[in-house]
Amino acid sequence: MLLIHCPHCREAREEEEYSYRGEAHIVRPLAPESLSDEEWGDYLFFRSNPKGIHHEMWYHAVGCRRYFNVTRDTLTYEILESYLIGQQPAVTGATS
Amino acid sequence: MSRSIMQKNRLGSGACTDASKRIDFSFNGKAYQGVAGDTLASALLANGVDVVGRSFKYARPRGIVGHGAEEPNAIIQLGSGAATVPNLKATQVELYAGLEAFSVNGWPSVDFDLMGVIGAFGRLMPPGFYYKTFMYPKKLWMTYEHFIRKAAGLGATPVERDPDTYDKLNQHCDVLVVGAGPAGLVAAREAARAGARVIIADEQSQFGGSLLASTQTLDGIAATDWVAQLVAELQGFDNVQLLPRSTVFGYYDHNFLAILERRTDHLGLTADQGARQRLHRVRAKQVVLATGAFERPLVFAHNDIPGVMSACSVSTYINRYGVLPGNKLVLVTTNDSAYQTALDWHQAGRQVVAVVDTRTDPQGDSVNAVKALGIDVIDGHAVIEAQGSKRVKGALVAPINADGTAVTGSARGLNCDLIASSGGWSPAIHLSSHTGAKPQWDEQIVGFRPGESKQQERSAGACRGTYSLAACLAEGGNAGAEAAKLAGCGDGTIHFAAPVCQEYAQQPQQALFLLPHTQSTSRAPSQFVDFQLDVTAGGVELAVREGFESVEHVKRYTALGFGTDQGKLGNINGMAILANALGQSIAETGTTIFRPSYTPSTFGALAGRDVNQLFDPERYTAMHRWHVEQGAEFENVGQWKRPWYFPQSGETMFDAVNREGLAVRNSVGILDASTLGKIDIQGPDAAEFITRIYTNSYLKLAPGKCRYGVMLKEDGMIFDDGVCACLGDNHYLMFTTTGGAAGVLAWLELWQQTEWPELQVYFTSVTDHWTTATVSGPNARKVIAKVCADIDLSNQAFGFMDWRDGTVAGVKARVFRISFTGELSYEVNVPAHHGRHVWEQLMEAGAEFDITPYGTETMHVLRAEKGFIIVGQDTDGSMTPSDMNMDWVLGKNKTFSYLGKRSLERSDTTRDNRKQLVGLKTLVATEVIPEGAQIVFDSKQKIPMSMQGHVTSSYYSACLGHSIALAVVKGGLNRLGQIVYCPLADGRIIAAEIVSSVFYDPKGERHHVE
Repeated sequence: MLLIHCPHCREAREEEEYSYRGEAHIVRPLAPESLSDEEWGDYLFFRSNPKGIHHEMWYHAVGCRRYFNVTRDTLTYEILESYLIGQQPAVTGATS
Repeated sequence: MSRSIMQKNRLGSGACTDASKRIDFSFNGKAYQGVAGDTLASALLANGVDVVGRSFKYARPRGIVGHGAEEPNAIIQLGSGAATVPNLKATQVELYAGLEAFSVNGWPSVDFDLMGVIGAFGRLMPPGFYYKTFMYPKKLWMTYEHFIRKAAGLGATPVERDPDTYDKLNQHCDVLVVGAGPAGLVAAREAARAGARVIIADEQSQFGGSLLASTQTLDGIAATDWVAQLVAELQGFDNVQLLPRSTVFGYYDHNFLAILERRTDHLGLTADQGARQRLHRVRAKQVVLATGAFERPLVFAHNDIPGVMSACSVSTYINRYGVLPGNKLVLVTTNDSAYQTALDWHQAGRQVVAVVDTRTDPQGDSVNAVKALGIDVIDGHAVIEAQGSKRVKGALVAPINADGTAVTGSARGLNCDLIASSGGWSPAIHLSSHTGAKPQWDEQIVGFRPGESKQQERSAGACRGTYSLAACLAEGGNAGAEAAKLAGCGDGTIHFAAPVCQEYAQQPQQALFLLPHTQSTSRAPSQFVDFQLDVTAGGVELAVREGFESVEHVKRYTALGFGTDQGKLGNINGMAILANALGQSIAETGTTIFRPSYTPSTFGALAGRDVNQLFDPERYTAMHRWHVEQGAEFENVGQWKRPWYFPQSGETMFDAVNREGLAVRNSVGILDASTLGKIDIQGPDAAEFITRIYTNSYLKLAPGKCRYGVMLKEDGMIFDDGVCACLGDNHYLMFTTTGGAAGVLAWLELWQQTEWPELQVYFTSVTDHWTTATVSGPNARKVIAKVCADIDLSNQAFGFMDWRDGTVAGVKARVFRISFTGELSYEVNVPAHHGRHVWEQLMEAGAEFDITPYGTETMHVLRAEKGFIIVGQDTDGSMTPSDMNMDWVLGKNKTFSYLGKRSLERSDTTRDNRKQLVGLKTLVATEVIPEGAQIVFDSKQKIPMSMQGHVTSSYYSACLGHSIALAVVKGGLNRLGQIVYCPLADGRIIAAEIVSSVFYDPKGERHHVE
């Protein structure tokens, strides 16, 4: 069971308080109608699923009910950082 | 007092037993006596019980081999009835008065086992036997499996409810010490002295680990006395929690460990009071693993005959329990440490026939001590075969070459009834492996050491391959101080001097696993590697010949390590034999991965108190007790208990639903709709936000007005629906489906927080704040008028899809004129604590109209008559609004591309022949199609038929006098009037006509009651 730091509550809490919301930094296109089916399909369905560093969104569902991002190693499950929506990760796959 | 039963192998009191306190127990129906401090295994050995079970595959007689978690053979069923426990190891069961145990394998008895006949055909059951033999014909597999499982005979699970209760405890600590042997004890002491909050857990009844069976002295006192002193010292710390009888069975992510504490198992089958077992869920800052090591048995022919044991186990039975499991010992070893067993056996006064050492001319301190006693040490030899059937009668001993691969001379027999073997030690690296650390093969210790730490843990003592007592103690102290420091306690200083203990000069052990035989491995009598699953050295080699190379594949093919002992004794031997067969090193071959659980845990402990009523919360509306008093039947909707229908005396469900439905259509009914999700939405951008979420627009919705909306996921599929009301400027109330309430709130928060943080809008769940009584039917207005004076209820003043503030039955209320039945309806919302009062007042007001409470089933029928969908019943996450024939709900002039809009233009969502919602009218009026039935166009088509859709809702409509159904059919809207067929599992085929999904009042005139 993961121990996850919520950047809003500023506390590490048990995984049971959170729910996982998939890959982070998936930005909704500003003009969906201008996209081809393929481009829209990429936004809808395609995710990176990396082995190693992964930026993902978590939701403090039974805590502060805020969304935030986490950088997690999908191999070791180590959580390298938590950061706010709108911020960029300090740890990226390129540097690890 | 019970009569005294002879315990022929009882020496007297051991370090942990009291021979003066006798305890009666039974095994396989026969009465025995043990003594206080015994395990079931030590008591059985004291009584000279040789055969304790039969092996899994060949049903060979098996005896006790070990003394702890590693035991592969003595698997027992404890007690009977509701509290019976299957698959315990006799070596881990503490004896209590009246204990009843049975072998899990062996029918009709362990001494005469019909299945043993199969044992004679062992060579016909090679590895992969089941795959090879029982695969074809496929349809017989179920028959085979039934037979195999019965023959395999693992223990029986109880069929009655467990009479015991179980606890869970969430804990945090600075330092968790796993194992209370010498290393663990001193680690805990150092960590405690540094001020850390310490938990020290050990699976055994007493702390001390190997010291409980040791003849060594520490600081000049006996090992057990030293342990008692240290335990007393630990008990003196306020910051130390001592957990005996507590197995740390899993090491999970982020230093989360699970401990199974057996609180009362040693007292009886069930707990007299309190919880029988407790699951500690521990988040530890730092962990010290001091889990010890298992002695590795040597593999030789017929090494599974009862009377072949691990050397250290023999010593443990002598020193700790005062039990001598035999008379004449032959010890076979590759190392010095096992010589202690010869010394212990001799000391106890029974004969050591010989020590057989695979090395030539060993000269260690213990070796010389044995020689000094005049014991025959046969070096450069091996025991190549055990003789006997249900008990060892002798050992065949032969000279071997220097690397232990071949017999070099003729064998001779030694007369004995006990063969103790030692192939060195395997560190108990299980917990370290759970963290993902990759075990490292070490030639020096001839074993796998824990790999590089992946979490905040370190190993100390024997589990790290450190076997001298002095070194274990030093490592333990360092580990404890270091763990405390890293947890923020102390500076890493060692506060306690390491105790002085004897050191023995040892010579290197020989890396030998399989002892050679005069015949090749494939022809020699069975040389067992994994006792529990009957895996032999020949079987491992055969797997290699058949092309298996990976250790993980060989494990699965041969079942090596798959037993309840998880191969604690056999795995390393198996891997060594595999490496040899592959012609590579053990390091290259690698090991399989240990996973939780270290030893089995009960389901009871894992479930804890989360059972029965506490399994999941139940939610009740404010009127719940009224419904109960009326005899309502209930339906689960999410966690809510909703009235399903209100049967009157003698009524079936069918009768009740027909009566309730007709009452609404003809006069008036009342429904508890409190469970609908309600979200209060406020903020200057509320209307814009809601409009982006729903498919239609709310920008021009005026206060006092309501609008029905549908929400889509970004893929264009319907995921919730409901009415949204404008309560005032920048203030809305959103209704959701009962089951979807939590998901919708999370959905709103997601978009506000991640994509549109610039929109000022706030959400509050108010589902539980309000109760809702829906009064529906042509007489609804008359009922409301009797209890509400301050709202003008006329059509002109209070129209359809309006809402009004007012007072109902003396309570401030919001009344919504919305309808899910098609009839004139008022949904009366009042603060929840007034809910029952208002409900009862409405019932009283409606009495003259025979107001009828109705449940969810009638609600479903009434809305289906109107063709209103229920999200999650008529939709399944693959339905667009167009599929539901609801294009009218899609806002055409919205500037913002609302959620899911773009997906409605995708090639897949616009293609012809998508499944579309239609009505079905059965040709036989009384025939109700089962929901979920598949639809075909050609009832004569051969199987597999081409399926064209399915039925989503289906009822008998009392008001229409025939059966109705909603269904999704490919291209259904172009097929109105066509006949389709529903072939059922029972062979019937129901024919139905495709009709409009609106069966009743298609023009929607009924709610315009003047």
